[in-house]
Amino acid sequence: MGLEYLIEPFKYDFMLRSLVTAIISGMMLPMLGSFTINRNMGFMADAMAHATMPVIAVGVFFGFSISALGVPAAIFVALFLGFVIKNTNIGEDTSIGIIFSSFFALGFVLISLLNVSINLEDLLFGQILAVSYFDMYAILALFIVLLIIFLAFYKQMLFYSFDPIGAQIRGLNTSFLNYLFLIMLSLAIIGSLQTVGIILVLSMLIIPAASAKLLARTFNYTTIIGIIFGVISSVSGLLLSYYFNLPSGPSMALVATVIFILCFLYKKLRKPVYFGAPES
Amino acid sequence: MSMKAKNNNKNLIVSDGCCVQYGNTLALDNVTFSVSKGKRVAVVGPNGGGKSTLFNAMTGLIPIAHGSIKIYGEDPEKAKKKIGYIPQKNLINWNFPLTVRQVVEMGLTNRNTLNPFSKKNISIIEESIKQVGLKDQIDKNINDLSGGQLQRVFIARTLTQGSEILLLDEAFSAVDVGAQEDLMKIINDIKLDGKTILIATHDINNIEDKFDEVICLNRHCCAFGDPSEVMTKEVLEEMYGSHNSMFKNHTPGNHGDNNGS
Repeated sequence: MGLEYLIEPFKYDFMLRSLVTAIISGMMLPMLGSFTINRNMGFMADAMAHATMPVIAVGVFFGFSISALGVPAAIFVALFLGFVIKNTNIGEDTSIGIIFSSFFALGFVLISLLNVSINLEDLLFGQILAVSYFDMYAILALFIVLLIIFLAFYKQMLFYSFDPIGAQIRGLNTSFLNYLFLIMLSLAIIGSLQTVGIILVLSMLIIPAASAKLLARTFNYTTIIGIIFGVISSVSGLLLSYYFNLPSGPSMALVATVIFILCFLYKKLRKPVYFGAPES
Repeated sequence: MSMKAKNNNKNLIVSDGCCVQYGNTLALDNVTFSVSKGKRVAVVGPNGGGKSTLFNAMTGLIPIAHGSIKIYGEDPEKAKKKIGYIPQKNLINWNFPLTVRQVVEMGLTNRNTLNPFSKKNISIIEESIKQVGLKDQIDKNINDLSGGQLQRVFIARTLTQGSEILLLDEAFSAVDVGAQEDLMKIINDIKLDGKTILIATHDINNIEDKFDEVICLNRHCCAFGDPSEVMTKEVLEEMYGSHNSMFKNHTPGNHGDNNGS
């Protein structure tokens, strides 16, 4: 009986496509989320999501779909943000804030000026039920590429994020690693826009990773548990949206938040069992 | 002055009139000293005295504007692979819940490290951790360790590289006296292997008991040599007094050409 409820929706093609897309977003965002929260880059990631607005507006105006635009748009946004932060002396937060709000505003103005046919609500909050086969294969390909790069540079990125000076002395290309992470983050964000939208993408990026950090004792486990929480949130959110006719993106974000609250209470109310290392 | 590699036992690290500038500030002004193999050297001086800057110049992180530093007769950029560097505590991102093993493994991580599952260095990593006495803590979160244990983790990281030269930046800051003694004990052990160790420290008490030589920095080198001989009242006054008032004629682009006295 219970299992039927879980399986029944996926006899529809569109729900199956949504499920695959939800699982991929649920893995892809928290995978990078554990680095993002520990490097205090949440605000930066949020700005990246918002800064895609004008690129999407112009792209859609010229007849491209969001999935097809993803890669060049993500690389442009990542490099631009990275460059501005590095080369202005007004503070990282301030430069991110300026780009965040001005690009978002520019996006709205362009959509209005060019009369672009975009459903703003879908763009801001996600509309996973509308994903096409092309979108699904595009995000799958993106995830495979990101996973390979993530695994290959995992140790170098960990070293650089933990001890930038030590990494530089060891001869690591720290500038390359910095931009590589920004580009990966930007790609994962743009790839997930259809799932959770510009505004809510941050929730799937940082909330599962933050919940995992409450439970895990080591970084490797933070990443793995974060991915598990991400998948649980996205799939449950999808099912909730199907059965209760709720918007899918916000449902996923709320499930992730509930998991976070449960992890928080678990940690506060009882002696926690940690994953990954002996307790001190 | 150029040092040939064959002389490296005598003059492993040679700083000859080294100057470093940040914008319009001379962070190091005509610093000259030479350290031979196997010595324990304290680098002392006030905040902003150039201790970290000297280490950064020795590891090729910042350019030398005038003069030179040679390590094994080579420029820092080339020689940096031979240096084990232990950073200041505040330059580390402690948010990352890493294990002792992961931090020590970083000593062997370079730009060709592309396999996250590689097991080939396990024995080197475990041996280095054993050498600093943290075998039982190998899979512990570094945030659960004491200040002294953390220093040991970073020393183990340099041991994996087989570095002959160790630079410890502000090694004793935020470390209690017991942990200081503890660290000196490990350092004494490492010294038996003939490693050369430079430690930037604010602690000038009993310096002659702990170190063979001292470099006194107040952007210029106030004194260099055996601590029991060079740590005089005059040197201490020079070291903790104002560099600017002593060397009014030293400016960026016009430095190192006179001794300023």
